[in-house]
Amino acid sequence: MADPTRRAILVLVASQSMTAGAIAANFDTARPTVSKHLHILTECELLKQEQNGREIHYHFNAKKMKEVADFIEPFRKLWDERFNKLETIMKKYKPKK
Amino acid sequence: MERKTTINAEAGKQELVITREFDLPLELLFKAHVEPEIVEQWMGTKVLKLESKKHGGWQFETKDAAGNVVFRANGVIHEFSPNRKITRTFEMENAPFGVQLEVLEFEKLTDDTSKLKIHTIYESVAQRDQLLKLPFAQGINFAHNRLQDIVSRIK
Repeated sequence: MADPTRRAILVLVASQSMTAGAIAANFDTARPTVSKHLHILTECELLKQEQNGREIHYHFNAKKMKEVADFIEPFRKLWDERFNKLETIMKKYKPKK
Repeated sequence: MERKTTINAEAGKQELVITREFDLPLELLFKAHVEPEIVEQWMGTKVLKLESKKHGGWQFETKDAAGNVVFRANGVIHEFSPNRKITRTFEMENAPFGVQLEVLEFEKLTDDTSKLKIHTIYESVAQRDQLLKLPFAQGINFAHNRLQDIVSRIK
């Protein structure tokens, strides 16, 4: 999940379901690499596959995210870590002043 | 001194407030939001443009190892009052999350401590909640993303 391409894929399909081809078209990465990312995301159930005629569409599985009891905590932690970093950087900056 | 970031997001509202006290003088806290090379360090993204003035614009971008752009956001600065207040918009490019209005208020607590309050207003309640559930959407540029934690908790 640390992979930026996988996070970008989730952001893409958050708005609408897409086929693997349509997702891959958004990246310069080779198609098999995108397929691998889709496979991993489907495995951890963040993406759901749905057969649509001959095509397979990928959905973002928001329900899975909702199961996380306190969904604000990751967001808070993100900012907390950013601000910790800011504080560390600026404390070092102080002597130069 | 342990200082914690708090988030106040009431149910059914299209806004949230992030508050944090810093072990830093007000001037240094403010500087960290103005100097591009410092912003880059703590936000973990490249600063393409940061015009810290009224009517100024900003744009941040993050690429993955292969050079693909995985995050790009931009906005304009509506108010820029040194050591006091920055009002700006935030919009992620190629993402369905709309535009946010952000009001940053900087406050001196003591000579060595300060406080930052970020009031963010979203286009709708649904948009705010969607973004909160997708912390990686905002933090997509952040190397130590917490999504990994969520995923391991889900599994």
